[in-house]
Amino acid sequence: MTIPAIEIEGLTKDYATGFWRKRMRRSLDNLTLLVEEGEVFGFLGPNGAGKTTTIKLLMGLIFPTAGTARIRGQSIEDVRMHREIGFLPEQPYFYDYLTARELLDYYARFFGYSTGERRERVNRFLEQVGLASAGDTQLRKFSKGMLQRVGIAQAILHDPQVIFLDEPMSGLDPVGRREVRDIILALKQQGRTVFFSTHILSDAEMLCDRVAVLVGGKLRGVGAPGDIVSMEIQGMEILFEASHAEALPRSFAGRATQIGGRFRIEVPEAELYDSLERLRGCGARILSVTPIRPTLEDYFFGLVDHGKTDRLPEEVTVR
Amino acid sequence: MSAASQFWRSWAAVVAASVLFAAIAMLQVRIDAQTRPVAQQKEELVLSSGPMLQKISLGYDSLLADIYWTRAVQYYGGKLHDLSRDYSLLPGLLDITTTLDPHLLVAYRFGAIFLSEPPPSGAGRVDLAIQLEERGIKANPDAWDLDANRGFLYYWHLKDYAKASAAYLDAAKNPKAPHTMRMMAARITEKGGDLDTSMAIWAQYFTSSKDPRVLKTARDHIEGLQALKDERAIDALSQQYHAGFGKYPTSTKELRDAGMLSGIPLDPTGIPYIIGPDGKSGLDPTSSVIVEIPPKLPNEK
Amino acid sequence: MSSMASPAAGSAIGRPVAGAIPGVVAVNTFREAVRDRILYNLIFFALLMMGAAILVGQISIGIERLVIINLGLSAISIFGLIMAIFIGVSLVSKEIEKRTLYSLLSKPIRRWEFLLGRYTGLLLTLVVNTSLMTVGLAGALLYVSRHFERGDASILLAVYFILLQLALVTAIALFFSCFSTPVLSTLYTIGIYVAGVFANDIHAIGQFTRNPAMEAVTRVIYYLLPNFHNFNIIAVASHGEAVPFSLIWQNTIYAALYAAVVLIAAAAVFSRRNLK
Repeated sequence: MTIPAIEIEGLTKDYATGFWRKRMRRSLDNLTLLVEEGEVFGFLGPNGAGKTTTIKLLMGLIFPTAGTARIRGQSIEDVRMHREIGFLPEQPYFYDYLTARELLDYYARFFGYSTGERRERVNRFLEQVGLASAGDTQLRKFSKGMLQRVGIAQAILHDPQVIFLDEPMSGLDPVGRREVRDIILALKQQGRTVFFSTHILSDAEMLCDRVAVLVGGKLRGVGAPGDIVSMEIQGMEILFEASHAEALPRSFAGRATQIGGRFRIEVPEAELYDSLERLRGCGARILSVTPIRPTLEDYFFGLVDHGKTDRLPEEVTVR
Repeated sequence: MSAASQFWRSWAAVVAASVLFAAIAMLQVRIDAQTRPVAQQKEELVLSSGPMLQKISLGYDSLLADIYWTRAVQYYGGKLHDLSRDYSLLPGLLDITTTLDPHLLVAYRFGAIFLSEPPPSGAGRVDLAIQLEERGIKANPDAWDLDANRGFLYYWHLKDYAKASAAYLDAAKNPKAPHTMRMMAARITEKGGDLDTSMAIWAQYFTSSKDPRVLKTARDHIEGLQALKDERAIDALSQQYHAGFGKYPTSTKELRDAGMLSGIPLDPTGIPYIIGPDGKSGLDPTSSVIVEIPPKLPNEK
Repeated sequence: MSSMASPAAGSAIGRPVAGAIPGVVAVNTFREAVRDRILYNLIFFALLMMGAAILVGQISIGIERLVIINLGLSAISIFGLIMAIFIGVSLVSKEIEKRTLYSLLSKPIRRWEFLLGRYTGLLLTLVVNTSLMTVGLAGALLYVSRHFERGDASILLAVYFILLQLALVTAIALFFSCFSTPVLSTLYTIGIYVAGVFANDIHAIGQFTRNPAMEAVTRVIYYLLPNFHNFNIIAVASHGEAVPFSLIWQNTIYAALYAAVVLIAAAAVFSRRNLK
């Protein structure tokens, strides 16, 4: 049995707020999560849900109020663990007075490579992210997309086993997003674990083996995108053509939407055959029948709306 | 914006700024004209406490000392040039300078001159000059020449030969001091006030200096004393002449013709002495020698 | 993408030689200072020294050497202090503000190693800057007096003491940088510096009052404050006087110990700081 890539147990983070720093705001509540090695894991949630907080806790940038976490079996308190992880922060900013090559060379020095190895790696990864020609340009001249690519390069140039990406697609054009997607898939192919947070649900659906949804600091759901969303079939969608709208049964006419000569109507699963009969009885020509599955988005917003009925974020007053 | 219009805009901005600055300058002249009467105030040392300045200087006191010393020199030079008789800020400036840097020997040496010389060439405060040298010795026990300066001040300005001799003896205590210090002390005790001693004092006091102003002052005084010496010698001959011929000589030529002088005596600048109607010799009016007459001691002729 | 070697094979991945990590950060900090054109201050210093060398003959006769040395050492001290304080207070806060610390701390680097590296880097910058200024001072001195004297060796000693002082000030600035904004840190650091210069007087005031409580309080304050007056031998150097050897090693150890205390405190504060 392999060690899980990421083990989080009861991770909690409170912030002191208010003028006298007396009130506590709980930005992460008792998160327990397991990510297996080789998984591409998506971390979803609205703004302020605690996604970045979680990643910052794992990176050692902030310290937990309670709970523990281990990455590849090593505690997050152990700096040696950082050998095996890579991190791309949200909206990364790097030393703008350095060139891309100098930046990568600087970071590479923390891993004990020989001079030759370091140079080889820097060149290799510059090329891999498509920055070979811009290697000697100062970072202050880089566009956002280029900075993102430098960020990915610095996150993976030491061949880490677990890579953390905080909103890696944010602010990128479709080309850039595709490139990031390709990189994530390539990493997965090498057997590495990728943990990334995102708002873009379609990406999560496409890339992730599993996702977790965080709302208001609490974990609301974990599972494969397919599993999560195939909870239930919400209904059936019928596409049909009808020569005369008046011919439609009154109960349908109101609920059908029309696009050109075609109509679309949603009916509950139980009423499917009944509806089909009635449509055919009116002379409508059935084009297709498709089950309506909730998308990840529906699932997501369902959770978010649900979360809104609780106090968001949870406030715990300290006596 | 086309390149051409951008060019003209930039120049227009430069011209506008220049015109406005010219207007501002003219306005400032007007303002100054109105406030000048008010600004003619007494000169003052805004900060006059040496210890306080030392605290304020946050450890850069030796640099501040140099600045105040420069200020003192320029103040003195300015007053000297204007032949002013008011050197009131001088003691304060010197006090601050030496508080900030007690080892600034040049301040003690020259400061004493500035303070002791009678107006208009100095503040005329011999007492302060002596105090300055005493402070200097305390802070710099090795500076024997400050004791020698003290000796000079007592001798020349205060005519206090006892204290002068004692000061030269203090100087002599320092192994680095030349043996002339002891000689000077002895000589003053024996025959303080006579011309040769005075000349020797002046010679010693200033020969060590390379400062041209100091050398000039020394030369002037030595010349004056030499002239005085010559005049007394000529006066003595003049009396003899009168005793022999019943009248005073009218010029030194007559003394030479009478065989009393081997040649025509010249003053230190090379101009012959004249003899007045009462037989007293003196300097030719065109001579630039200045004579200061030291007072006579009871045992002096 | 070509297949990448797995971490275990080939290169020795891990941490470099013990103690090398602060060095890596230090070199980068130095590079940052150079690229921020900090060293341009040397141009002002050069102009100042040249102007002084040329004018000093007219303004103060007989004390040209004295003035050049006083001016030069004072300028070295002031320029150095400004640099130590203004760069020092942003050593840490700038990295937090700009979030560059996020990616850096995800590498195998301990927080105290980062601090030590930043400190050493600024110190290196100060040493280079000061050395170049000292050469400039020597040049001006040669121009004015055409030769060196034996007493001029004290100038080098004065520069060394200035560097000790700067090492202390930098440590204090770095300490504040760990938890405060640059503006406040500057005020605190300047405040402590001035208090340290006046430490003697604070002590004396306490003794003057003859009130045992006040005396005790001021004595404690005196020993707690960094006594910067210890390091000021500019007047000694300009008069070419000798400095007792005991003073040299005692001051060195004082500076080293005090800086160590401050850096340890900074590491303690910073190690548990939650970065925004």
